[in-house]
Amino acid sequence: MKFTLNWLKQHLDTDASIEVVAEKLTDIGLEIESVTDRAAALADIRVAYIEEAGQHPDADRLKLCRVNTGDKMIQVVCGAPNARTGLKVALAQPGAIIPIDGSKLKPGKIRGVESQGMMCSTRELCLGEDHDGIIELPEDAEIGAPVAAVLGADDPIIEIGLTPNRPDCTGVRGIARDLAAAGIGTLKADPRQEAVAGSFDSPIGVTISGEIAANNAVPAFYGRYIRGVKNGESPDWLKARLEAIGLRPISALVDITNLVTHDLGRPLHVFDADKLSGDINVRYATNGEKIAALDNKEYELSDSMVVIADQAKALGIGGIIGGEETGCLDETVNVLVECALFDPISIAKTGRKLQINSDARYRFERGVDPQSIGWGMEVATHLITEICGGEVSHVVKAGEVPNPRNAFDLRIDRILELGGVAVEADRAIEILTALGFEVSGSAPVITAVAPTWRPDIIGEADLVEEVLRIVGYDKIPTVALERETSLPVPALSPMQKRVGLTRRVLASRGLYETVTWSFTDSRWAKLFGELKEGLYLANPISSDLDVMRPNALINMIAAAGRNQARGFADLSLFEVGPEFFGDQPGDQRLVAAGLRAGSTTPRSWTGSRRDVDVFDVKADVEALVDALGTNAANLQVNTEGAPAWYHPGRSAALQLGPKNVLGYFGELHPKVLKALGVKGRVVAFELFVENIPMPKKKGTARPALNASSFQSVERDFAFLLDDDVKAEAIVKAARSADRALITDVTIFDLYAGKGIEDGKKSLAFSITLQPTKATLTEEEIEAVSKKVVEAVQKATGGSLRA
Amino acid sequence: MENIEALREEVLAEVEKAVDLAALEEVRISALGKKGRITGLMKNLGKMDPDQRREFGQTLNLVKDQVAGAIDTRKTALEDAALEARLAGERIDVTLSSRPDETAGRIHPISQTIDEIVSIFGEMGFALAEGPDVEDDFHNFTALNIPPEHPAREMQDTFYLPEQEDGSRLVLRTHTSPVQIRTMQSKTPPIRIIAPGRTYRSDSDMTHTPMFHQVEGLVIDKKTHMGHLKGCLLEFVKTYFELDDVPVRYRPSFFPFTEPSAEMDIGCSRKGGELKIGEGDDWLEILGCGMVHPRVLAACGLDPNEYQGFAFGMGIERIAMLKYGIPDLRTFFDTDLRWLKHYGFVPLDVPNMVRG
Repeated sequence: MKFTLNWLKQHLDTDASIEVVAEKLTDIGLEIESVTDRAAALADIRVAYIEEAGQHPDADRLKLCRVNTGDKMIQVVCGAPNARTGLKVALAQPGAIIPIDGSKLKPGKIRGVESQGMMCSTRELCLGEDHDGIIELPEDAEIGAPVAAVLGADDPIIEIGLTPNRPDCTGVRGIARDLAAAGIGTLKADPRQEAVAGSFDSPIGVTISGEIAANNAVPAFYGRYIRGVKNGESPDWLKARLEAIGLRPISALVDITNLVTHDLGRPLHVFDADKLSGDINVRYATNGEKIAALDNKEYELSDSMVVIADQAKALGIGGIIGGEETGCLDETVNVLVECALFDPISIAKTGRKLQINSDARYRFERGVDPQSIGWGMEVATHLITEICGGEVSHVVKAGEVPNPRNAFDLRIDRILELGGVAVEADRAIEILTALGFEVSGSAPVITAVAPTWRPDIIGEADLVEEVLRIVGYDKIPTVALERETSLPVPALSPMQKRVGLTRRVLASRGLYETVTWSFTDSRWAKLFGELKEGLYLANPISSDLDVMRPNALINMIAAAGRNQARGFADLSLFEVGPEFFGDQPGDQRLVAAGLRAGSTTPRSWTGSRRDVDVFDVKADVEALVDALGTNAANLQVNTEGAPAWYHPGRSAALQLGPKNVLGYFGELHPKVLKALGVKGRVVAFELFVENIPMPKKKGTARPALNASSFQSVERDFAFLLDDDVKAEAIVKAARSADRALITDVTIFDLYAGKGIEDGKKSLAFSITLQPTKATLTEEEIEAVSKKVVEAVQKATGGSLRA
Repeated sequence: MENIEALREEVLAEVEKAVDLAALEEVRISALGKKGRITGLMKNLGKMDPDQRREFGQTLNLVKDQVAGAIDTRKTALEDAALEARLAGERIDVTLSSRPDETAGRIHPISQTIDEIVSIFGEMGFALAEGPDVEDDFHNFTALNIPPEHPAREMQDTFYLPEQEDGSRLVLRTHTSPVQIRTMQSKTPPIRIIAPGRTYRSDSDMTHTPMFHQVEGLVIDKKTHMGHLKGCLLEFVKTYFELDDVPVRYRPSFFPFTEPSAEMDIGCSRKGGELKIGEGDDWLEILGCGMVHPRVLAACGLDPNEYQGFAFGMGIERIAMLKYGIPDLRTFFDTDLRWLKHYGFVPLDVPNMVRG
C-alpha cells in the first residue's frame, strides 16, 4: 500500500514530520517498507526562465536559448519543440545529478555551440513518462527555486506492508484514522461523502439474480447514471497523486475510480452507459463464457464466478476487473457508476482461478466496509461532477446493505492479564472510540461495537490488541519466564537424544552430514521400490521433485554424482531424516543413511590410501548400533535380506530376530548408480533409528565388570575351506566349542590364489581363552583347541592347515 | 706398595683407552674379575701379618674403589655416545605431511543450529516436540484459525498431495505450527515446547527454497502474558547471538493463530554492506509471535477463559545465516562437499548452556 505524506494530510490534520509519521506507522502495526524522498533526487534542479529562444546557427531543429538562472544569464542549446521565449523551465546546470541515469551534467558543445545547462523533461526527472518536450513550469514559479516544491514532488512516498486483516487500511483514510488514534493529529471530515441529490431516475435499472442473492455472493449493488459528462485528461493534482504511487493516468473517469480505490479503500467501476444494452443484471457466468477485460486479456469464466452483465453480455468480472468493451473513453458522454459489495470468499476464489491481481480484488477479498456502498457512490459523484461535469440521477439499488453490529465485552483487567501491561479503562475507551468503536459501559467491563470497516475484530483478544498496539508494544514490560523447577527438566526424550547421538557418532566417523530435499524425482524413486500414488505431489515445484522420497539415499546418491562432476570423488556423506512409505500423516520413518565412495583418504606418502568397501559401511552401522545401546555382535547379518538397490552379492540386512530389520548395508547396485549419474563403486547403509530397541532396564547402572585376574591365552588356527563358507559360520562354530572359556574369535587372515586350489580359501583366526578360576595348563589349552578344530570342521567341512 | 701404585696407573690408563663397552668389560675383568690383577692382590692379604695387612689392605681398597669408579664413569660415557650415535642415525623428515585423518566428519549447520536453539530453550524448561511432515488440513490450517479460502492461506504457497477418496487433500506442512495443535490435543497444560523441523512451501528463488526449516515455540498455562513472551525471546536472542545486550523491537502484526500478534526485530547495522547484529540503528526482522488465539485453544479442546500463553516461529536457516555469515540459502541443500567442510561443525562441539 503506497501513498504520499500530503495525501495522508488531506485526511489527517497534523504537523508531524515524515520521520515521526513513519515511526508511528510501524509502531501501530502498519509496517513501513520504504519512504522515498523524491525532493532529494531533484535537489540540483532549479527553476529558470528562457529570456530568449533563438535559432541554433547550424541546426534547424535546435534552439539556442538565453536562460536566466536567477543569479546569472547562461546559454543553453535545446532540442525540445516547446522551448520558447518566456517559458519557466526545470534547469540542470553543470555538476547537477540527472535523476534518470544518475549522471553528472557536464558543460558541452552541441553542433559547435557551447551549452551551459540542460532543460529537463518529466522523464529525465523520473516524474513520469513524458519525453515529448521539456517541463513547462507555472508562470509564477520563482526563478532559482528548487523545482521539487514547484512540481509538488517534494512530497515523500510512503509504502507500508499491509497485513491481510486490515482492509480498512487499503485506503489512505483508514491509515489516517489509525494515526489519529495513536495521537498523530486529528482525522478531518470528508465532505465528499455527503449525499448528492439526483435530479432524475436512472434509465438503467439494476437487479441481482436469485442464485447470487441466495448465496449472498453480492449482498448489494448500487448504480447511478450521470449524463453529459466530459471525459479527458485528469487535472494535474489527480495525475500527480496517481503517478506518485505508480499508477498511469488514463482519463478523468478512470482516474477517479482509481483514486477512490486507493484513497478510501472503495473500488468502483464506471461504464460507458451508451454501450450498455438494457438493465444491469448481476449473475453467475455460464461455463465457457468469455470476456475481454481491461488488462487486454480474454478470460474464460465458469459458473462459480460473478459477472456484472447487461441484457446482452457480461460487462465485467464482479469485484475483480471491468470489461474492455464498455469502458470509458475520451468521447464518453453518459456513464453508469457501479458501487457494489462482494463476498470476500467468492472474490478470492475467482481471482485465484483466473490469476488476476487487481486493486479491486485486493480490497474485496479482504473485506470492504459494507457502509461504503453508500458514501463511496457519493464521493465518486462529487469527483465526477467536479471534474467532468454532468447531471446526476437518483441512485438505483438492488440487494440489502448489511449493517453488522458486532459487540464484544472487554474486561479491562484482561489487558493486563494477556498483555502484561495495565491500561486505565478511560484510556482504553479513548483508543477504541478513536478507532471507530462504539463503546459503552465502564470498568471493569466495557462493551465495544466494532466499526463496519473492521471485519477482523471477532473477540475480546482483538480488543486487547487494538488497545495494546495504540498504547505501544514498547510499554509492555519485559518479564523473565518463570522457572517451574530450579533446574530444567530434560528437553529431550530418550529417542530424541538418540537421534542427536546418531548424527554425532556418524560425523565423528568421518562422514559429512547433509540435508537434502524430502521430495525427489519419481524416475529415480521407482528404483527404490514401488511408488504409491499418494506420495506424488499434486503441485510439484518442478518435474524432478515430484514425489515424496521413499528412501533417504536417493538424493544423497545424486549429490555424490554432482560432487564427482566437480572433481570430488572421495565422499563420505550421511543424512538423518525422514523417508515416506504411506500417504497419511505419520507414514514416515526416521532413517540414518550414509554412503562412501572413492578412497578412504587423500593420496599420501604413508600409503594408507585405499578404496572404500562394504566393510567401511558395515563398521559405520555397527559402531552406530553399539553407540545406541545394542550390542552389534548380537545382530544377524542376513545376506539375502538387502533390497534390490544393493549389489546382490555384497550386501545384507541387519536384523534382531526374524522380523526386526534394523537396517541394510552394502555396495549399491550398478544400475541404480548409473541411473543417478554416479561413477564407480559406492557403498551405503541405512539404519532405522526407531527400530533399535530401547533398553528395557530402567536406571543408569551398568552390569558389574568381571575382570579375571588370570592371564588370557590366544591360539591361532588356519583352515582350508570352500569359497562359499561364511566367516560367520566359523566364528560361531569356534565359539560354540567352549562358551565359557572362549571370549573372543577374531579372523586375522583371508587368502585365496596362488598355492590354494580353485574354489577354496584359507582363513585364519585366533581365539582368546579367558580362565576365571586358575591359570590354564597346557593340557587344558590343547583340549579346547581340539574341540575348536572339531567344531569348525564339523560346521564347515574345512580342514586344518598344517 | 709401589706395585699397587703402578697397577692403579696401568688399569686407569686401560679404562681411559677402552673404545667401547666390550673393551671396557675386558678391562674390568682383567682388574676386578675373579682372576683379575687387583682381585689377585686382595687374595694375598691373608698371607700378611696384621699390621702389614691393615696398611696394605687400606691402600688396596682405595685403589679398587678408584678403578671401579673410573669404569662406571667410562661406561656411562660410552653408553651415552652409543645412544647418541643411534639417535643420529634414526633422523627422519618430520616436515612430511601428517597421516591423513579418516575421522574428519562434520555436522550440518541446520542440525547445529537446532541443537543450539533446543539447548537454550531447554534451559528455560521447554521440551522438544515433533510432528509429521505430511499434515492434514485440520492441523495445518483449520485448527490454526485459517479457514478454507481465507486470504491467509494465500500467504503460504502450499504443496498438496493427491485428492483422497473423501475429497480431502493432505499437505506438506507449511509451518511447524501444527505441532502446537498436536501438543495441545495430547497434553494438559502447563506446556512448554520447542518444535524444530522441516517445512515446505511451493516457492523457489534467490531467497526461498521449496523445503526449509522452522522452529515453533509454545507456552501454555494460566498466567503467561506478552511480557513473558518478550522476556523469553530477549533471553533467546542474547544467548543465541552471544551478545550481552541486543536492542529488540516488537511490532504489531497479524497471524491467524495469535492475538495479539507481533513481529520481533533485532538491532543491527548494515554499514559498508556488512551486517552486524546488536548494534547500529537499523532493524532486522527475525520472528513472528503472539498470544495463542482463543479459537486455536478452543480447537484443541482447551478453555480460552482458563488457559493462555504465547507461541512464536522462526526460520532456522535464516538465523543460522545471520549467526554464521552464510550468504546463500540455497547452498544449505546442495550437498557441496566444499560447503559442508567450510560451514560444518566438529561433531564434538555439542551446544550446551554451560560451555556456551
